[in-house]
Amino acid sequence: MLELLRQLGGSGLQSLANIGRGHILLARIVLGLPSLLARPRLLLAQIFNVGVLSMLIIGVSGLFVGMVLGLQGYYVLSQFGAAQSLGVMVAASLVRELGPVVTALLVAGRAGSALTAEVGLMKATEQLSGLEMMAVDPVKRILTPRFYGGLVSMPLLAAMFSAVGVIGGWFVGVGLLGVDEGAYWGQLQAKIDFQEDVVNGVIKSIVFGVVVVWIALFQGYEAAPTSEGVSRATTRTVVHSALAVLGLDFVMTALMFGN
Amino acid sequence: MGRRRPYKNQPPRGRAEGLATRGAEQEGKALARPEAPARVPAGPRPAAGATPLVRIRGLRFARGERVIFDGVDMDIPRGQVTAVMGPSGTGKTTLLKLICGQLRPDAGTIEVDGLDVHRLSHHELYRLRTRMGMLFQSGALLTDLSVFENVAYPLREHTRLPESMIRSLVLMKLEAVGLRGARDLMPSELSGGMARRVALARAVALDPMMILYDEPFTGQDPISLGVLVTLIRQLNDASRLTSIVVSHDVQETASIADRLYLIADGKVMARGTPLEVEASGSGWVRQFMHGEPDGPVHFHYPAPELDRDFLG
Repeated sequence: MLELLRQLGGSGLQSLANIGRGHILLARIVLGLPSLLARPRLLLAQIFNVGVLSMLIIGVSGLFVGMVLGLQGYYVLSQFGAAQSLGVMVAASLVRELGPVVTALLVAGRAGSALTAEVGLMKATEQLSGLEMMAVDPVKRILTPRFYGGLVSMPLLAAMFSAVGVIGGWFVGVGLLGVDEGAYWGQLQAKIDFQEDVVNGVIKSIVFGVVVVWIALFQGYEAAPTSEGVSRATTRTVVHSALAVLGLDFVMTALMFGN
Repeated sequence: MGRRRPYKNQPPRGRAEGLATRGAEQEGKALARPEAPARVPAGPRPAAGATPLVRIRGLRFARGERVIFDGVDMDIPRGQVTAVMGPSGTGKTTLLKLICGQLRPDAGTIEVDGLDVHRLSHHELYRLRTRMGMLFQSGALLTDLSVFENVAYPLREHTRLPESMIRSLVLMKLEAVGLRGARDLMPSELSGGMARRVALARAVALDPMMILYDEPFTGQDPISLGVLVTLIRQLNDASRLTSIVVSHDVQETASIADRLYLIADGKVMARGTPLEVEASGSGWVRQFMHGEPDGPVHFHYPAPELDRDFLG
């Protein structure tokens, strides 16, 4: 019993220390911005890495999610004779929820795990120590560009996801199921509020961007410098990011839309 | 004082053994260094030759329960090649990381060029590091940059030199390690020995005062090993560097070192010139220097009696 308590306390302290180290690292990464602005090319390379290379998976997923929404929405709405509102339903679901959330999950899986593996392997092959010994701060030079690259990419990817999704919904709803085209776009324009829906969605995706990239970089930076350590860190990145994104989404939705 | 040797069946105390157990304050007197003044460069630094470049006093470092260093004193003289040798797992690499401030000691001080490494601010530590180079065992080259860009990296980071000057400097450094022709290769296309030489060119790119070599000879074929041995000595003498070589390759290391430190079990077991250490009467030192399979360090890992295991 005492042993159990001891272990509980030990792991509690361990996780507290982890959280502390994570925040210190985040602060160091964020404060590296001035040195990053002096080398914009590093940032562009990472926007390409995280953002551009994720576009295909985001685009394809967005299209399918939009098409499924069109299909399901049409079946439900037509029961109430409200199939004309399909555009609003598709767009609201995407802009408010699915755009930011699914994008964050996909980015965590595609780019987050890659970031963790990259940074973890750089640590395992002593490249990070090598930079330190060249009097170059690896946090500023390696982690900061990746962080801001992810931060910039995430809202853009989420916007792209939603836009492609709306088109997917239109394709199924208007193209295949015969919803009136004017009603689809007209209701969408009338009912989707810029402040309420779009801005809140963008805020969500920025927060998810910070969380996903932060977790990925922290896991990579703290990974045990072995192949096993890197593989564990990569798994943890995906699991932790997914849980953090879904949990935060609930909290933010409650704060933003729960009045 | 807890400085007793852990080995029981050692022969009568020899010279190096005696030195190893002596206090730091006596060390200057105890060590005859006839060749030392000749090698010390007449550099611009006022302190050159007078004070050691690296001074380690009472170093204590533990990883969890395991004590890696327990009261280690060392002096690394300027302008010489000092080798630190010891069995695998004695913390030789840890020692280098302590010297360059990547790890913090639990007790004791490490001074590099008069600066206490672990009392420096982040900024001062980084400034000190621009004057140190380190050669990692793996080379630690940046895998997404070519050989040329790897060597140019510290120059681009720390200087505002024009591109033409950087090109000349990089090619000079690569020429010194014989790899001027390999400038366009990527690190993945290099052999282990070449990667280490590129890393060496990178380590001297900023003309440091000191280079730390972490196991430079491990896993090298005889030719690239010979190249590295010669390079380390030549670079040291030509550029008036101070070199610290951490290794367990006895013959190669002893052939280029001006001074040796043997460490094991967290303590300095022997120190002096290679000849002095070689002549040491200590059984452990002799076993290590000659690579004998059995001696004070037993061939067998501690195990229960044979009879108990085999005859029930």
